[in-house]
Amino acid sequence: MKHRGYYGGFGGAFLPEILIPTFDELVSVFESAKTDPGFRNQYETLMAQYSGRPTPLTFAANLTRHFDGAKIYIKREDLNHTGAHKANNVMGQGLLVKKMGKTRVIAETGAGQHGVACATMAAKFGFDCTIYMGEKDVMRQRPNVFWMEQLGATVVPVTDGTKILKDAINQAFRDWVTNMDTTHYVLGTACGPHPFPEMVAWFQSIIGIEAKQQILDLEGRLPDRVYACVGGGSNALGLFAGFLDDPVELVGVEAGGKGIDTGFHAARLSSTDAGAGIAQGYKTYFLQDDDGQMKETHSISAGLDYVGVSPILAHMHETKTARFESATDAEVVDALKLTMRSEGIIPALESAHAFAGAFREAPTLSRDQIIIINQSGRGDKDIFTVADVLNDPEWKTFIQTKAAQYHA
Amino acid sequence: MLESYIRDKQKQKDLLLMTHIVMGYPSFDDSHAMVKHMVAAGVDLMELQIPFSEPMADGPVILKANQKALEQGATVAKCLAFAKDMAARYPIPFLFMTYANIPYRFGMAAFAKTTANIGLTGAIVPDLPMEEGAEYLQAMKKNQLSPIQMFSPGTSDARMAQIASIASGFIYCLARKGVTGAQTDLSDDLAQYLARCRKAASVPLAVGFGIKDRADMDFLAGRADIAVIGSETIRVMEKGGVAAVRDFIQGLSRSA
Ligand SMILES: Cc1ncc(COP(=O)(O)O)c(C=O)c1O
Repeated sequence: MKHRGYYGGFGGAFLPEILIPTFDELVSVFESAKTDPGFRNQYETLMAQYSGRPTPLTFAANLTRHFDGAKIYIKREDLNHTGAHKANNVMGQGLLVKKMGKTRVIAETGAGQHGVACATMAAKFGFDCTIYMGEKDVMRQRPNVFWMEQLGATVVPVTDGTKILKDAINQAFRDWVTNMDTTHYVLGTACGPHPFPEMVAWFQSIIGIEAKQQILDLEGRLPDRVYACVGGGSNALGLFAGFLDDPVELVGVEAGGKGIDTGFHAARLSSTDAGAGIAQGYKTYFLQDDDGQMKETHSISAGLDYVGVSPILAHMHETKTARFESATDAEVVDALKLTMRSEGIIPALESAHAFAGAFREAPTLSRDQIIIINQSGRGDKDIFTVADVLNDPEWKTFIQTKAAQYHA
Repeated sequence: MLESYIRDKQKQKDLLLMTHIVMGYPSFDDSHAMVKHMVAAGVDLMELQIPFSEPMADGPVILKANQKALEQGATVAKCLAFAKDMAARYPIPFLFMTYANIPYRFGMAAFAKTTANIGLTGAIVPDLPMEEGAEYLQAMKKNQLSPIQMFSPGTSDARMAQIASIASGFIYCLARKGVTGAQTDLSDDLAQYLARCRKAASVPLAVGFGIKDRADMDFLAGRADIAVIGSETIRVMEKGGVAAVRDFIQGLSRSA
């Protein structure tokens, strides 16, 4: 019997029998795409023409001066079409859906960025599209729900379980086992059963491959460290992919929420609260109790609020090929404010975790050292959350006025 | 042995009935009352589900039952104690139904050993396909337990043969694609698929997913060996209480 998709002891495909043929098909389509240079070409051309790639690598002169340590560069995945790295994965899977001849796509979304990217892809390729989103995330990320619907997708709020990302994933699987003949599940991150972790990481590798070339062009040398936030792990694996064989330290930053000692966080690799388990079709570190029941997670950012983590990252953690840190909600807001004021750049709350992690370490490095921070997405979608945290009075007045208009 | 029990029972009935409960939903007392009424009404085998927070293959009714059971404090230890009690009290085979993370966290070997010690006959773990189940299969075999395998309408003939080669007790044939609880269309397609299952496997066949009334039972008689009723009993209980479940099951049971 074949054992596929393992990274050390993590990964695999823990699938109900009903999905086995669907995954066999997906594995074979992906395997043939992966070994076909024509496919990668088609993908890169699409990303250049539709998504604006390559995204720039921006030198953050003011942040560098501020910390007076390492030279700070920012990889601008926020400048992708739809505002996040999620487009890289979604457009790639869209091409595979065409190859498989399916007509409908479904997806889960936390922050809504993956949902918006998927709805965009579906509109472009002419697929029907349903997006599952935890009810709590629907509340937190309303602007993205609005756009998904305008793009023609049906957004289904999920009221089961903890009403966040993991529950949306379960719901998407339930849809898939019913409709797999016509439908592809566009999983949004490098998690889930094989081949998703590998496939998503492969599409996201475009980030790191570009970043490496760009830093070599700009500086004539490799960076010392690279930082990315870690929800499921797709943007981190994307950035890391460029530097796997190089003497570059890879740092993933998870959601520390209210602090990793409080129980209110989503730190699976950087805390000792998670353990190995099997859920949602794969084996990895999950935040779970002794019985194996998944715990509630907490983060200011919906996109990092996930109980599991990519099996590829779990393996990198065990083999110490990457280092994992966490940043608290409060640190993230500080990092966000500083980045906005000093660089005129608004990172997504998810991405701001990578900034917070990097800011902690930048001053300890010397001026001839270089770091790259992956800005996985732009912060526009977070306007409600951030305005709440900053307690902005004018914003409140605006919302009250707007609400009054709706009542009139 | 589970298979010989089934074969024996078949001398009296042309279609056996297996039911399912989620342990601890709505409470352990109610779960016990359900088991008692079901056994009295003539159920031949029962699945006892250890609730899991992410029941991937279950539809809304069983999903909600899992969540409620957990909210009300159902733990693995309580479920094991309950199952032990049921197996000691009632003279039918009981099987665990749960998801892979529960035995994985318990330890596959320890889980199988405990299952045998408390008098259960096997387990159904839908997210543990044979490719991932080596340790589990071995542990179950060592304890003379049946690790129930599944067929689905999309399973190829070649794969059915592979699955059949490791099957023990019976094979659970999913009546259709999808999750538990939704309506199943009993059609020629289903009949043909069951014929394909029959050809592939020598062990008895159980059919579940969407089986809910007398007509379904009549359709399955002669085509399968065991009918599985899951979500429908929960619906009946939620509407009419535990006693209604007894009437419901009696109405389904084929003549002894
Ligand atoms: C902007 C942004 N960054 C990061 C993430 C986290 O996902 P991943 O860890 O797969 O990159 C999300 C997820 O929604 C996101 O929207």
